[in-house]
Amino acid sequence: MKIEVLGTGCPKCKQLAANVEIAVKELKISTEIVKVSDIDKIVEYGVMMTPALVVDGKVVSLGKVLTKDEFKKLIAK
Amino acid sequence: MLKSAIDWVVYDLVKMQKGRLLSEAVNFFLYDTIKIFLLLIIIIFVVSLIRTFFSPEKTRAILSHKQKYSGNILAALLGIVTPFCSCSAVPLFLGFIEAGVPLGTTFSFLVASPMINEVALVMLWGLFGYKIALIYIGSGLIIAIISGIVIGKLKVENLVEKINSKNPSCCAQGVTQTVKDRVLFARGYTKDILKAVWLYVIIGIGLGAWIHGYVPADFLAKYAGKDNWLAVPFATIVGIPLYSNAAGVIPLVSALTEKGVAMGTALAFMMAVTGLSLPEFLILRRVMKLKLLIIFVSVVGIGIIITGYLFNLILR
Repeated sequence: MKIEVLGTGCPKCKQLAANVEIAVKELKISTEIVKVSDIDKIVEYGVMMTPALVVDGKVVSLGKVLTKDEFKKLIAK
Repeated sequence: MLKSAIDWVVYDLVKMQKGRLLSEAVNFFLYDTIKIFLLLIIIIFVVSLIRTFFSPEKTRAILSHKQKYSGNILAALLGIVTPFCSCSAVPLFLGFIEAGVPLGTTFSFLVASPMINEVALVMLWGLFGYKIALIYIGSGLIIAIISGIVIGKLKVENLVEKINSKNPSCCAQGVTQTVKDRVLFARGYTKDILKAVWLYVIIGIGLGAWIHGYVPADFLAKYAGKDNWLAVPFATIVGIPLYSNAAGVIPLVSALTEKGVAMGTALAFMMAVTGLSLPEFLILRRVMKLKLLIIFVSVVGIGIIITGYLFNLILR
């Protein structure tokens, strides 16, 4: 599984990345977490509200700081 | 009702003497703070709940099919309800342009969205009354619409920086939400905003209360009254670097209008604080050539200055 956190470096984006990291550790799943701050890449995903979350190339959350529990629920689907 | 409760606390419970400068300042401070916080909680909650029904994706879809002038009008109106934060300004700008929203229409959105925001509206309504709040919304919309039309007419599309994405804006969709999701989002959002502004609100109202009680009336009339034509452009320029403090600035301005600052000048100042923001320019510089950024700031700035003069002539 590959998780990408999209954000231009605002505090909210960092918060989301941190929450995701904690959740992944707690779930003990093997994933690759990548922080994407390159604006070209973000636009490529068609994202207009950061922070956004991309799992395996699919945008799953937009403009929202997910808590670690919200994130767990999201990837459980 | 709130007013008499505060009067009771200040004059009867704590037994401060009525008519004294200090007790009047304390009364003023308590009343305004409680009123503003109540308004902030209710209005931000309602606004963010409404916002869950709008997304930049939907707004973009609507705007990419619109004609010139109706597009500008719609963009300014949608700017009020579409969630916007200056850190998303760049992806939003590019997303709009890539989807074929005209540059002028995009600018109408980009001007209205930060200028007409819920915090500024609460502060204006609570401290100046609903008339000034409505005037603010109305002139903000008109400035956004006209700025967009002017920038559209200038044909400056070549000043947008090229981006290198291969397959832009293909498929990001908002996630479907239940009523519970929406309420939870609104609650979280309200909390976030309150956390970010509460200190500024208290400091602003505190200073405002002090000015209200201690600074003589008409103290500033000589410098910032109607007759000083330089006051409006000066207020506009000073407002640009103050973006993050809109919550603290408005109570101060409210107190200053009692001391002789003309209403149009005050409006121009508050519009510059919310609508023109230095950090946002720095972010937007990544996708706009400097010339386009200067055009953007000048057009909106001139709009704000004209509005200031106009209301100095009309009001009071």
